[in-house]
Amino acid sequence: MSEAVTKAAAEAVIAAQAPGTDPASVPGASGARQFWRRLRAQRAALVAAVVVALLVLVALAAPLLTALEGQDPTTYHPSLIDSARGGVPVGPLGGIGGDHWLGVEPQTGRDLFARLVHGARVSLGVALAATIIQIAIGVTLGIAAALGSRWVDQLLSRITDIFVALPLMIMSLALLAIVPAGFPRPVLVTLVIGLLSWGNIAKVVRAQTLTLKGLDHVSAARLSGWGTWRIARRELLPGLAAPVITYAALLVPQNITVEAALSFLGVGVKPPTPSWGQMLTAADVWYQAAPQYLLLPAGALFVTVLALTVLGDGVRTALDPRAASRLRVGTGRRREHRADTAGEKETSS
Amino acid sequence: MSGFGGFGGFVLRRGIGTILTLFAISVIVYVVFYVTPGDVAQITCGPRCSPAQVHQVAQQLRLDEPLYVRYWHFVEGLVAGQDYSTGTSVEHCPAPCLGLSYQSDQQVTRLILTKLPVSLSLVLGAMVVWLILGVGTGVLSAWRRGRLTERVLTAVTLAGTATPVFVIGLILMIVVCGELELLPFPQYVNLTDDPEQWAWNLLLPWLSLALIEAASFARLTRSSMLETLAEDHIRTFRAYGVGERSIIGRHALRGAFAPVIALNANNFGSAVGGAVLTETLFGLPGIGQELVHAVNVVDLPVVVGMVLVIGFFVVLANAVADVLYAVADRRVVLA
Repeated sequence: MSEAVTKAAAEAVIAAQAPGTDPASVPGASGARQFWRRLRAQRAALVAAVVVALLVLVALAAPLLTALEGQDPTTYHPSLIDSARGGVPVGPLGGIGGDHWLGVEPQTGRDLFARLVHGARVSLGVALAATIIQIAIGVTLGIAAALGSRWVDQLLSRITDIFVALPLMIMSLALLAIVPAGFPRPVLVTLVIGLLSWGNIAKVVRAQTLTLKGLDHVSAARLSGWGTWRIARRELLPGLAAPVITYAALLVPQNITVEAALSFLGVGVKPPTPSWGQMLTAADVWYQAAPQYLLLPAGALFVTVLALTVLGDGVRTALDPRAASRLRVGTGRRREHRADTAGEKETSS
Repeated sequence: MSGFGGFGGFVLRRGIGTILTLFAISVIVYVVFYVTPGDVAQITCGPRCSPAQVHQVAQQLRLDEPLYVRYWHFVEGLVAGQDYSTGTSVEHCPAPCLGLSYQSDQQVTRLILTKLPVSLSLVLGAMVVWLILGVGTGVLSAWRRGRLTERVLTAVTLAGTATPVFVIGLILMIVVCGELELLPFPQYVNLTDDPEQWAWNLLLPWLSLALIEAASFARLTRSSMLETLAEDHIRTFRAYGVGERSIIGRHALRGAFAPVIALNANNFGSAVGGAVLTETLFGLPGIGQELVHAVNVVDLPVVVGMVLVIGFFVVLANAVADVLYAVADRRVVLA
């Protein structure tokens, strides 16, 4: 699971934004162009961005694509299943042909291409929506803790600690079981992931806000009598953009993995709604008769998570090129030496 | 050492924080799970129960009492043990009592204890594998920095972080057990019964769980070693003619030691999540598989008990990680 990676990245973000970091590296509106230039300069990130864009396109156009194929993800095709041989698809290669571009599912005969592209919809939709929830809660509570009184900070930080400590997989697994079956599952999975794992982002935002609070322009705003809300919106949010975007980019692949894992265990997205994780649940039994039934969702998951991870790394490097090679807290003193070490590839750490 | 008092205080504060966190988790878990929208008594009784039978079950499960009373009973059971009447006889559930399973009337604590060795075998064994693999890969790529080896290792590591546990596990199982028939499909054997069979059967689960975790260790080891290699004293060693192998193996690796230990404790939570998937995939009768089963049949005492036990281990591991970070780097703000 990529939780660990994200945690390390969160620390990198904190370290990157620690006092002493050049405030100019925090992009405001004017930094956007610089960000694109730095992102484009990284070939791997560029390729990943193209792959992600394609995936999003496929997810958005899923109904269109399946209409083009003339299939839908939920219709059973008993005629394409050889029940005498235990339910394997009729025909070579698991039933691949002009009608079913990637063959059909064993036992049910549902169209695999349709399930795969509609699965992309579920996967990306759940992951993005959950990320938005995580960011919304994390940013709000992080800023509130940093700007609030000592008491508020203590309370919010303790609550955050509890949510950081909750084992996400275990809690989601347990929570998903007790909600009645009628509730739409993709929404439920989104809510569970979003509401449970915002702890690290709240910590990152709190630390960054505390740093920003000490900067001159924020003090000046406070001295000139601005309200807390106005300061938060006008002076703090632009400075929070870099760490929050970085973190969000790392949360998306993590959320995709969690959704797939939950659906794999049978508590996430349930049939007939297709999901990559859920497709894999039954696939291992059929790997000889219909290998694509296993390989397609597995490959889709792999490519998606890989592309998003590489893109996330690229975003991190583009927002703070020096941050990428730092993966732990408290190395500030050594950082200066790092810049001139034998051309380290920042994207790789 | 003027900072030692501060450090002791830090550990103490962290310890108290840990206990409070555990208490809060127990309340949250208990409340959330027992204010379920589903009708627990109905589910426990089965679909063909009459309303009168459902009511009887609800009373047996104390579902008619207010929530805080039930939570109090729960805490009482944890601390002092509890007696349960099972219709004809009275069963004593010694502390720490987590209640009785709705499904089998078995004591949850006892159930967890029978499942724990399997899960511990899986997680601890995998830990050894991911430490060796991860640190080894990290050392190799730091040593071969800037060369082809490093590029290849970096790519492999990246692929490792992007592959979900169950995908790696599925593919390993199909290739190794199904196609190549190198190993039989895993079947758990007790360590005490046959250590050799125990290890052989756990080999694939260990690998599945460890490959993903190893990737983050490889990244961390590599970056900490590169940091150390850039320091002045390493330059001095080089100037004195100390060999590269000694510099990598003795001096640079030392710099990666503390962060790796800390990350190891920190990653425990995600490893436990991965263990649930691994156990389900390979059919290992551990806590994870039992939890998935309990979740599917809405056996709340088992779910709550297991979530609490797992939460306990994870919170403890996180606290240890924090302390280790502080030990490793005294500049971390002690707050």
